[in-house]
Amino acid sequence: MAGDGSYKGYRGEALEVLKSFGAMVWSDVEITTARGTYTGIILPRSETADPFHVVVKLRSGYNIGLLARSIQAVTIHGRKEAHYKIPEKEFPFDPARPKVKLLGTGGTIASRLDYRTGAVIPAFSPGELYGSVPELADICNLETEKLFGVFSENMGPEQYIATARAIGREIEKGVQGIVIGHGTDTMHHTAAVLSFMVQDSPVPVVMVGSQRSSDRPSSDAALNLMHSVKTAAESDIAEVMVCMFGPTSDTYGLLHRGTRVRKMHSSYRSTFRTIGDIPIAMVSREKITPLRHDYKRRRTDRGVKINTAFEEMVSIVYYYPNMKPDIIDSLVDNGYRGIVIAGTGLGHVNKPLYPALKRCQEKGIAVYMTVQTLWGYVQMYVYDTGRDMMELGVIPAANMLPEVAYVKLAWALGQTRDLEEVRRIMLTPIAGETTEREPSNGYLIFQGGIPEVEEFISTIRK
Amino acid sequence: MSEFLFKPFAEMTAADYEAVGFRSGLEIHQQVLTEKKLFCRCPAGRYSREYDAEILRHMRPTLSELGEYDGTALMEFKTKKEIIYRINRETVCTYEMDDTPPFMMDETALDIALGIAMLYDLNLVDELHIARKQYLDGSIPTGFQRTTIVGVNGWIPYKDRRVSIVQLGLEEDACREVSDVGHRRTYITDRLGMPLIETVTGPDMRTPDEVAEVAQICRRLVRSTGRVRTGIGAAREDVNVSVTGGTRVEIKGVPRIPRIPLLVHHEAMRQWNLLRLRAELHRRGVTPEAFRSETEDVTRVLQKTSYLPVRDALEAGETANCVVLRGFRDLLNWQTQTNTRFSREISDRVRVVACLTRLPNIVHSDSSSETLSSAEWLAVRKAVRASKDDTLVVVWGGAEDVRTGSQEIAIRAKEATVGIPSETRQALRDGTNGFERILPGPDRMYPDTDLPPIKVTEERLARIREKLPVPIWTHEAWYAELGVPADVVQPLAVSAHAGLFEELVREWKIDPVAASVALVQFMKRIRRKGLDAGRLDERTLRGIFTLLRDKKITREGVYALMEKAARGEALPAAGALPPAPSGEEIEAEVGRSLGRIGGMSLHNPEKKGHVLMGLVMPALRGRVEGAAVAPRVAAAAAGRI
Repeated sequence: MAGDGSYKGYRGEALEVLKSFGAMVWSDVEITTARGTYTGIILPRSETADPFHVVVKLRSGYNIGLLARSIQAVTIHGRKEAHYKIPEKEFPFDPARPKVKLLGTGGTIASRLDYRTGAVIPAFSPGELYGSVPELADICNLETEKLFGVFSENMGPEQYIATARAIGREIEKGVQGIVIGHGTDTMHHTAAVLSFMVQDSPVPVVMVGSQRSSDRPSSDAALNLMHSVKTAAESDIAEVMVCMFGPTSDTYGLLHRGTRVRKMHSSYRSTFRTIGDIPIAMVSREKITPLRHDYKRRRTDRGVKINTAFEEMVSIVYYYPNMKPDIIDSLVDNGYRGIVIAGTGLGHVNKPLYPALKRCQEKGIAVYMTVQTLWGYVQMYVYDTGRDMMELGVIPAANMLPEVAYVKLAWALGQTRDLEEVRRIMLTPIAGETTEREPSNGYLIFQGGIPEVEEFISTIRK
Repeated sequence: MSEFLFKPFAEMTAADYEAVGFRSGLEIHQQVLTEKKLFCRCPAGRYSREYDAEILRHMRPTLSELGEYDGTALMEFKTKKEIIYRINRETVCTYEMDDTPPFMMDETALDIALGIAMLYDLNLVDELHIARKQYLDGSIPTGFQRTTIVGVNGWIPYKDRRVSIVQLGLEEDACREVSDVGHRRTYITDRLGMPLIETVTGPDMRTPDEVAEVAQICRRLVRSTGRVRTGIGAAREDVNVSVTGGTRVEIKGVPRIPRIPLLVHHEAMRQWNLLRLRAELHRRGVTPEAFRSETEDVTRVLQKTSYLPVRDALEAGETANCVVLRGFRDLLNWQTQTNTRFSREISDRVRVVACLTRLPNIVHSDSSSETLSSAEWLAVRKAVRASKDDTLVVVWGGAEDVRTGSQEIAIRAKEATVGIPSETRQALRDGTNGFERILPGPDRMYPDTDLPPIKVTEERLARIREKLPVPIWTHEAWYAELGVPADVVQPLAVSAHAGLFEELVREWKIDPVAASVALVQFMKRIRRKGLDAGRLDERTLRGIFTLLRDKKITREGVYALMEKAARGEALPAAGALPPAPSGEEIEAEVGRSLGRIGGMSLHNPEKKGHVLMGLVMPALRGRVEGAAVAPRVAAAAAGRI
């Protein structure tokens, strides 16, 4: 924030005009333009906004923009700089409650909006979180650590590795559960990679975020946080999970296995779904209800295997009809060592790609096939195309989700250059990333409009 | 403060309101006429109580700039309401459900808002910034209303002065409440997201009648654009009221302007009487510092009561508390509004904040009506160690709600020692008002990070200005000058045909009285007859006035042709019209009509002339001025022929 009395965010024409009147950000002003007179405080301007307008906060709290070049006079009455601070209340300690560690990576679960500038301020210390969600103190003794502050699209190997190591450290220290705050866009990538990097955890590792930022009264952040902290503190599920809203209503969350979960809607609260299977459990503020029993149980030891191998030269290719071989060729030419293809149907690409795939085989590049239908298995024997491709060294990855196959291949190639060993790692399920069978309720996408579906959604708060 | 005492509404004078320092301003909410909603592409203006699905949400307060929770926010959080939204898939999409970010603002809505802002002579904004105004009552699923300021610092002429227009905003409408019982509030979402302008006046009105009059002016002004919605709920007024030493209190959602004066009067009265109550409390030594109250659980004491509301609750395993208000004896009976006592202020708070919605929800020892027996009051009094100077308030219900309710009783009582709490209050049918919620502070505005600012270009403004009607007050002054009948002036100013009228008078030199009566009163008469006034479009009206201008028909003939057109019949071509009747023809028609009257028995023989005229004129089908017929009719009626 502009504590230095500058012209923060202003550039070009607007900056020139403000300078000519000596009207810095936070000045309490009366501005006369060609359209009239306006009274308020000059706010910093978003750096992505145009260089032609000056933003003024009116007494009523509303913001307006005034065209800089039409400003005729500015009377400065004083300065009113905003100091935005999240109140901290000491998080109460109760020796009877389990210790939970919250690791922060960024994202909206733990942030506040600076109402003057629109900037997002992280709310993260236990005190800040207690000030916002006091209910957390009824569940656990909370400790927090900010690992980094990045949007989820900027998460990458460096952050994956640091997070996995932090989890290992906390387990060794003896926490009863770990919660990881994460942006939702790539939460399922991180959930998958942590499922491989952190193995045989004795405690729950719960990833959580929010679809509506916590500066909104209708935010899902507080409830998601309560659900995830409860899961970390109390559940007997010692796996890497994603904990997000089940329905769009404020009723319960779902605990998804880290390797089978995917963000399926760009904005819905209930965006995360388990694909090709059912979630591990439901969680509400009152209780955790397992939906299946084949999960790894909580243990009292502090043993955990951390394997942070990661080969960065791996890519994911979303096949489309008429794709040219140069797409694959360019990956080969750029030194990629692994490619995951999201193929059509049972796992197909067109014939013109064959020579490029052949090159991959010759260069020792690992190529794995997944399906862009997301639901269902790769099956490369049904059609000739599939068999041809296997001849070219393309390996079917069963029902592994494309993004999961991508991070697993990076993890496998990070451990060895031996393609046979890579194949063994890829095809051996480690954390439920491939399953032996798809239950009949593993594929349920209700079709709106059908009478029985309409009846269902009219009676159940979804 | 002065010793002034409020009189009944009908007896209050402007001087009385001046004596209490009455001030009032308006926030007028008016839906604008668009096809779609403001931030999504759902249809606007389709109302239905039917729904396909429900969703459940809670609202949590977010922090203000100073790291404080807004008072309203905290109150709403205390209430711990479950909010249920009813969703009709025809009128609501995932945007209104708060599951999809906003789409760009509806351009038509913005044009209309800018146009109206020009009529108010507001200083327009160069770049619109969308803000989030927080509402934690659940009336908007996001918990905030998207809103933007279009212009500031305008005015309208009123009497011999100007009433200031502080600002005009464009915002999305909220849900309609279906029910609010206990901890569950239900909304229907059809109205949610419709574009709405909010016009805020300065606190410039000095009497309750002035408030209504200014509301009418604003209503007529926006209607003169022809681009706002009309009908029930399309326009709603919030009225701000204060008196000297009082606080700005907002009466929310008054649906009809004629209801404003009595509501406003009662609010001024309530504030005045609360200030007198404070003086009385201070006289007794009950100041904010000296205020004392204690709460005791009296469940066991009242276990055997015969007072049914309490007995039913306790038998159902609920609890009862008694709050003792030290030094308050008799003050819960202090009059606040007509037929309304201070105890109502407390009961309202308990109802809204503690969700104890079954009424009565409190009983108190100042009450003379039969509640607890005197023996029970005595037992309660003993249990809470109260003296005869104290007032006891008993509240019952679920344990947690009773705890919240007890706190609220003490909070509201203590506020009486301070003054008038900042509240929004709901308008009640009988003209009084009841507590709705704590008035939100200025700290509930946040910038909306979901939408970029919108530039308002000069080109856009020029395009809008071109189509703008002249402000109604300019029109009205001119009409009066032209001699347009007083009862026609205002309707004409907001009529869709105001432009046509101007053209007829200025360019066609048609008599202003004839033109205005035809465009307003004849139209009204046609509508009353149940005929299709929609057939009288501008082209048809021009056709009729052409005949009048060319003296093919008379002023009377205009109505006959309008009715004909409204029935869907073709208008005669100018040449095909029969010529004006001769003197003989008129005589003959008078004779014929007289014959018809002969067969009738008239209630009032003195009206014979009127009846006769009523028969003769239509028979001549407007080919002649009434003035030419009247003497003959008068003579005939008097029996002179």
